Amino acid sequence: MSEAPVLRMESVRKTFGGSVVLRDVDLEVAPHTVTALIGASGSGKSTLLRCANLLEEIDDGAIWLDDEEITDPRVDQDAVRRRIGVVFQAYNLFPHMTVLDNITLAPRRVHGVPRAEAEARARELLERLGLGEKAGEYPDRLSGGQQQRVAIVRALAVRPRLLLLDEITAALDPELVGEVLTVVRGLKDEGMTMVLATHEMGFAREVADQVCFLEGGVVLERGTAEQVFGDPRQERTRRFLRRIVEAGRL
Amino acid sequence: MTVHKEELGSGEHDAADGYVPSQRRLDRERHKRVRARRATAIGALSTLVTAVVLYLVVVGAPGWPRTKETFFDPGYAREAFPKVLEGLWLNVRLLLVCGVAVLVLGMLIAVARTLRGPVFFPLRFLAAAYTDFFRGLPLIINLMIVVLGVPALRLQGVTVDPVLLGGTALTLTYSAYVAEVFRAGIESVHPSQRAAARSLGLSNRQALRYVVLPQAVRRQVPPLLNDLVSLQKDTGLVSIGGAVDAVRAADIIVGRSLNYTPYIVAGLVFVALTIPMTRFTDWVTARMDRRQAQGGTA
Repeated sequence: MSEAPVLRMESVRKTFGGSVVLRDVDLEVAPHTVTALIGASGSGKSTLLRCANLLEEIDDGAIWLDDEEITDPRVDQDAVRRRIGVVFQAYNLFPHMTVLDNITLAPRRVHGVPRAEAEARARELLERLGLGEKAGEYPDRLSGGQQQRVAIVRALAVRPRLLLLDEITAALDPELVGEVLTVVRGLKDEGMTMVLATHEMGFAREVADQVCFLEGGVVLERGTAEQVFGDPRQERTRRFLRRIVEAGRL
Repeated sequence: MTVHKEELGSGEHDAADGYVPSQRRLDRERHKRVRARRATAIGALSTLVTAVVLYLVVVGAPGWPRTKETFFDPGYAREAFPKVLEGLWLNVRLLLVCGVAVLVLGMLIAVARTLRGPVFFPLRFLAAAYTDFFRGLPLIINLMIVVLGVPALRLQGVTVDPVLLGGTALTLTYSAYVAEVFRAGIESVHPSQRAAARSLGLSNRQALRYVVLPQAVRRQVPPLLNDLVSLQKDTGLVSIGGAVDAVRAADIIVGRSLNYTPYIVAGLVFVALTIPMTRFTDWVTARMDRRQAQGGTA
């Protein structure tokens, strides 16, 4: 990790009411790498991503994006979010807008890109993801896999520095998971820096440069995909992976 | 609707794939037809019986001849109709102007109530107090205070025109109702929509303007139209200040003749005016339900 990390978290703590959701979490994401967050539901994966995007305010610790401390209260949060793309589990497309308007909203309104230019880029991205004909459709006319690919295009349209993917295949029918994962693979090849929370262990193993296993809000184990999946050091990581294997998910 | 389906079904009898309906299906369809015919017959009969009974009760009432004279006199009806219609033009204009004012003011109040941050506390508080007060205050009392009370103050430069004052009172009350409708709409938009907008870098205001409000307004169209229908009728209340609208026009003739037929005429005219609006509301609601049924919005 010679280059400065894109995202760095130090001793991050987050509580909801009385329960501690993240405890003393450290994380470093190098440029052009993929970090996979694995762990059971409720282990804090999604919260970690939401904190990184400032959708949740952390209680303690600090987060840096490209050497800028984004948890500094004086920082312009909207400006930070502009540099981070997020794809949600439930797609969260805007139902009252066409696919094209969903994608061009942020470039036009936030980045001031002229409509023609924003639409040209949107169409190009849609084309590349095999959604060229869907530009004029409304989200509810698309399948789950198509909606999620549109959500990815929407996040990419502002050329983010970092892409956060929050269980993006969890709401999809099994036969639609593949088309979405193919897109993520393509992004990795293009050098996009990504952090993804996922239950797709096979996929995490394949694309991730770094894997973090979370349990109870703590990063219990981290390492290369090979190390965490092939030779986990922690007993609890081993137990978690065994359950996953038994469920036929690895 | 069911009839339509049955037609579709029988049209399938000579389908291209050589399908021949079974005896079972034909029996079933015949049974349905018989049942439908019987239901129609029963409906028609019961309607007729009800109508006859009602007619006998009303016409057979001891005071009927007298009532007929005072409420349903064709002569007075003919006299009142053009005057009432003339007055109705004022109600229509009031509806248009107040309707627009109510929508704008209601939206502003609703947005004010959803603003976050300590800076906006006074605004939030005022908006909440406003809706609480004007939703609780009976419209008729509001009208009396504004239409009769304001001129009594004899303020310089403030109008004493009962139409303007009446319109103001209507706007005050109805914008409180409409603000609540808008607010319910804003709160019905799932927080994940706002999160998605914010994650794209939109500011709070942009998220509200481009993502939350368009969805909120769309969902609230049926209840909004409902309130507009109600406003349409209540424009008749400005007559308490002496403005000559449809109700007041009827009132004048009643005062002179002591025959109540003009009220009936005015009432029917209002009903005739609201029916298209009500039907339109139903149509919009049905259309939106259909769209919802086609594919839920996450």
